Amino acid sequence: MKTFRIGGVHPAENKLSAAQPIKVAALPKQAVFSMFQHIGAPAVPVVKKGDEVKVGTLLGEAGKGLSVPVFSSVSGKVNKVDAVLDSSGTRRMAVVVDVEGDEWEETIDRSDKLVTFKDLGTITAEEVVNRIKAAGIVGMGGATFPTGIKLMPPPGTKAEAIIVNAVECEPYLTADHRLMLEKPEQILVGIQLIKHAVNCPKAYIGIEMNKPDAIKLLTDLLKEKAAQYPGIEVVPLKVKYPQGGEKQLIDAVIGRQVPAPPALPINVGAIVQNVGTVYAIYEAVTKNKPLIERIITVTGKSVKNPSNFLARIGTPMQQLIDEAGGLPEDTGKIIGGGPMMGRALMSLEVPVTKGSSGLLLMTEKESRRGEVSPCIRCAKCVSACPMGLEPYLLASYTRLKDWDGCEKNDVTSCIECGSCAFTCPSNRPLLDNIRVAKQTVMGIIKARHMESITKK
Amino acid sequence: MKPIISLSPHVHGGDSVQKNMYGVCIALVPALVASLYFFGLGSAIVLATSVAACVFFEWAITRFILGREKLTICDGSAILTGLLLGFNLPSNLPIWIIIIGALVAIGIGKLTFGGLGTNPFNPALVGRVFLLISFPVQMTTWPVSGQMGYVDVETGATPLFIMKEAIKNGDASLLNQLPSSLDMLLGQTGGSLGEVSALCLLIGGIYMLCRKIITWHIPVSILCTVFVLAGLFHLIDPSYANPVQVILSGGLMLGACFMATDYVTSPMTGKGQIIYGVAIGVLTVLIRDFGSYPEGMSFAILIMNGFTPLINTYVKPKRFGEVKK
Amino acid sequence: MNVILIAVIVLGSIGLVAALILFLAGKKFAVHEDERIGQVQEVLPGANCGGCGFPGCGGFAGACVKAADKGSLEGLLCPVGGQPVMEKVADILGMKAEAAAPKVAVVRCNGTCESRPRIAEFDGAQSCKVQQMLGSGETACAFGCLGCGDCVAACQFDALHMNPETGLPEVDEEKCTACGACSKACPRGIIEIRLKGLKNRRVVVLCNNKDKGAQTRKACSVGCIACQKCVKVCKFEAITVDANLAYIDAEKCKLCRKCEDGCPQNAIHAFNFPPRKPKVETPATPVENPAPNVEPAKEKEA
Repeated sequence: MKTFRIGGVHPAENKLSAAQPIKVAALPKQAVFSMFQHIGAPAVPVVKKGDEVKVGTLLGEAGKGLSVPVFSSVSGKVNKVDAVLDSSGTRRMAVVVDVEGDEWEETIDRSDKLVTFKDLGTITAEEVVNRIKAAGIVGMGGATFPTGIKLMPPPGTKAEAIIVNAVECEPYLTADHRLMLEKPEQILVGIQLIKHAVNCPKAYIGIEMNKPDAIKLLTDLLKEKAAQYPGIEVVPLKVKYPQGGEKQLIDAVIGRQVPAPPALPINVGAIVQNVGTVYAIYEAVTKNKPLIERIITVTGKSVKNPSNFLARIGTPMQQLIDEAGGLPEDTGKIIGGGPMMGRALMSLEVPVTKGSSGLLLMTEKESRRGEVSPCIRCAKCVSACPMGLEPYLLASYTRLKDWDGCEKNDVTSCIECGSCAFTCPSNRPLLDNIRVAKQTVMGIIKARHMESITKK
Repeated sequence: MKPIISLSPHVHGGDSVQKNMYGVCIALVPALVASLYFFGLGSAIVLATSVAACVFFEWAITRFILGREKLTICDGSAILTGLLLGFNLPSNLPIWIIIIGALVAIGIGKLTFGGLGTNPFNPALVGRVFLLISFPVQMTTWPVSGQMGYVDVETGATPLFIMKEAIKNGDASLLNQLPSSLDMLLGQTGGSLGEVSALCLLIGGIYMLCRKIITWHIPVSILCTVFVLAGLFHLIDPSYANPVQVILSGGLMLGACFMATDYVTSPMTGKGQIIYGVAIGVLTVLIRDFGSYPEGMSFAILIMNGFTPLINTYVKPKRFGEVKK
Repeated sequence: MNVILIAVIVLGSIGLVAALILFLAGKKFAVHEDERIGQVQEVLPGANCGGCGFPGCGGFAGACVKAADKGSLEGLLCPVGGQPVMEKVADILGMKAEAAAPKVAVVRCNGTCESRPRIAEFDGAQSCKVQQMLGSGETACAFGCLGCGDCVAACQFDALHMNPETGLPEVDEEKCTACGACSKACPRGIIEIRLKGLKNRRVVVLCNNKDKGAQTRKACSVGCIACQKCVKVCKFEAITVDANLAYIDAEKCKLCRKCEDGCPQNAIHAFNFPPRKPKVETPATPVENPAPNVEPAKEKEA
C-alpha cells in the first residue's frame, strides 16, 4: 500500500457524516462575502451600498499580483461594504448582501446535464485556464491558493503528473468523500480539463483506504469508460495523516520528494489539485459558473445530525448549524476546517468561504488541552514529523529565542500539520511555538533579503 | 457561550507520560515474576525497598528541598527507576545499601539536574554503578537462583564470572562450567535478580515494541553488535564464550531492552539511536572481555548517555526532500 | 631529591614549550580589532544586559564605532549608563553626544478585564504572539493588550509586571530604561517609548484601537472612538487623529489636561500629576470609573 515515507500519525477518523448525502443548504437571509478568501492580495470591491446583485455577479475584482475575483452567490441588495469579522478572527473588508429571491446571471448554465470533454469541442488550453481564473477558483482543500496560477507552470518546468487530492486525511471531514460518490463523472471531466490545460498525459486520483466505496466507484467507472477517460488512475493510499499535504501526497503517489522552499511541486513535475477544486473547475469551464458554492461538512460528536451541505459561499455558519440540529449545549470549541489544521472560530457569524471544508463543533471536554508536563525526550515528535524536522528542538530554540538555531534546523519547512503536538505525551504546545519561530524566521529572512537588495 | 480558541491541532493522540512509564512497568512484570520465582523472599524485599525508597526520595526531595508544589511521584518515573534499580541488585543485598542506592539514583542521578526529562544519565544506572563502586563485595556476590531466602543464601559464580575467568586464564575448558543456553534463557542461573531470565525480559521488550513505547533501533543494534563482536572473538579464540551465551548472560538483555532505551538519556533520531546502540554493544564487549569488571553493560550505557547530546547535535533526521550534497 | 628535580625540570620545560606555542599562536592568529572598540567598552557599564539591543557591551561598542565612522551616534543609547556614559563614548570617538531627552515605556491600552469583556477563552502556549495568530484573541479588540506577558518576559530590568486585576502590564518608571525591548516584543505594538516629559508628567491616549468608533465601543468601554473632541479642545495642535485613533505628540503637549477632561471614553490619561481638588473633578468628567487618578498613584508606589 502506497503512502508517504517520513513520519505521520493516525488520529481517530470520526467520519460521522460519511453516509449522509449532500443536502442543499437553505438560502441565507444575509450573505457576507469576504475579500480575503484566498492567499495573496485581497479582492477589490466593485459594488457599493444599494447596488442590486444577482447570483454570479462580480462583487470584487482580483487585486494586484496573486489574487482572484469574488462573486455573489445570492441575489439581492448590497447592504454595506465594510470590515466584517471573518474566520481569521479579525474584521476585514467584505461585501454584505441582503438576500431577495434567487435570481441568477443568465450566462450561467443551471442544468444538471453532464457536459463531457468532447462536448466542449476545440477548447484551447489557454481558454480553460482563463475560465478558471475568471471564475475565482482557489484550492478548496483549505489552502486557498489561486488555481489559475497553479495551472500555469513557470518556464523551464513541465507537468508530468496531475495528482488529484481526494485523500481527506483530516478526521471528521467527509465533503470530498461525498462529492466523489455523487459527482464522479463530473470530476473525471474536470481532470480531463486540467490535463488539457497543462498538456499532461497522466493523472492520478489519490484516495485513502478508509473510502473503499469511492475507490471502487471511480475504478469501475474508469474501467467501464476507459476510452472516454484515458490516462487517469485511482491510487489507493494507506490511511495516514497528513497524506493530504501537497508534498506528502506527491511522495505517496509518484514517489518524488519536493525539495525545501523555494522549490514548488512543479519542480518535480507534479500539479496537485483538490477534488473539490476539480469539481469547481468542471462547473466553471462547462457551465460558466463562478465559484459561488461549495460542499461543507458540519459535524461533531454531539451534533444532532452531522451532515454534508452544498452551501452558498457567504452563508453564516450559524445557519448551517441550525440545519444540522442546532448548536449543542456542551460546545466548547467551534472549528472552521478539520481538527488537525482547522481554525478555532470566535463567533458563529463567520461566513462560509471558498476554503471552508468543514465546521466542527467540539464538546467542552474535548476542547481543552491536557496539562503540560516537561519534555521527556521520547522522540515521538521526531518520528511523527512528516517533514523530517525535530519539533522538540525547534520548540526549545523558540523558548530561548534562538532564531538562528531555528533557521539552521529548517523551521521554514514546517507545514504546520500538527503531528508533533498531536503525538506529544507531555501535551506540549510544540506547534504553537514552532509557528512563532516560523513567523519570526520568515520575517528575518525577508528583512535580510530586502537588505541585500538595497545594498545592490 | 465563550468559545475556547487555540491554534491547531485541536485533537490529541491521548498519549501521556504516565502511559509510557506505566507501560514500561507492565513490560517488566514477566521479569518480576521470574525474579520472584527464582529468588523468592529476597527478590520481594529488594524490589519493595528499592521502589519505596525511590518514590519516597522523589517526593521528599521535590517537596522539601526543591520546594515544588506539584507532585511528580504519580508520573510513574520514580517507580520505574526503583524497579530498574532493584533489578540490577543481588537478591541478598542489605536494605540500607539499597536505600543509599535509591537516594543516589533519585537525588543525584535525577533531581540534581531538574527532574524527569533533564537528567543526562539514567538514574537507575547511576545508583547501581555508585553501589557497585562503593560496595564491591556485597554487589558482586550473587546468590544462586532457586533459593527463596533473603540473607543467608548460598552464593555462587555467575556466568559472567566464569567467562571472565576463562579469558583471564586463556582456558576454554573453564567455559564448560557455564549453565546451558536454555537455562540462561529461562533464568536458572546466578545474577542480579532481574537479569537472570533473558526470555522474560525479551517478552517485555516485545510488548514495548508493540505498544510503540520504544522503537527497535536501540535494542536491535545493541544485541546485533554484541552478537557479531562476541562471535568474532569466539572464532579467534575459543576461550571467549560463544555469542549466544554472551547475549543471554548478565545484564545485557535488561540493558538493551530497558536501560538503554530510556527516553531521556537516549538520542532522538533513529540514526542516532543506532549509533548509540552500536557503541554500547562495542563498549560492553570490550569492558567484559578486557576490563577489570565482569559486567560492562551499565558502564557502557552511562558512557553513551554522556555522548547523547553530541549525537543529537550532529545526527539529524533526513529532512523531507533533502538533496544529498 | 633527584625525583623532585626531575619533576621540576620536566614540568618546567613542558610549561616553557607550551608558553612558547601559545605566544606564537597568539601572534599568528591575532585578530586585528579597532582599538577604539576596546576603549569604548571600558567606559560602558559592562553588565552585558542587552538593553541597547546589541549582544552585550562589546557588540554595542562595535556598533558605536561603526556609527561614528558613518558620522553620527544617533539612535544608540546605553540605557543603563544613560547620558553620562554616552558623553564619554562620544568623547572617545571624537563626536558630540546628542542630548537625548529621557524616555519611558508607556502601555497604550487600558482595556482592563472590567472594561473589555472577554468573548473567548484562549488555550495554548502562554505567549502573546501565539494568541495574536488567532485574530483578535480573547477580547473583541484586535489592537489591545493580549495579556500573556511577552513584554514582561522581554524586560531585562524587572520594570514590567502584569497586574492580575487589570490583566495589563504596568511599567515601573524607576526601573524602566526605555531600552525598547518590550515595545519590540509586543506583537501589537502597544508599548510606546515616550518622552518622560516635564517633571515626569505625561498625558497619553491609552488606546491603540484603529477600528471605527462603533466597533471600538462594542469591544471596549474605554477605547478611543476618534470623536475628535480632544483635537478640538487642544490649543497647541498636539493631538492628531489618524486611522480612527487619537495621538498626543509629547513634544507639543503642554500638559494642560484639557483633553483628558474632554474625552468621553476616558481614553486619555494623565500620569504623575498631583491629585486634583475634588471640586474640579466632579463637574469636568462625569465618570463612574475614577481610574485615571488611581493609576498614576499606583505606579508611584511601585
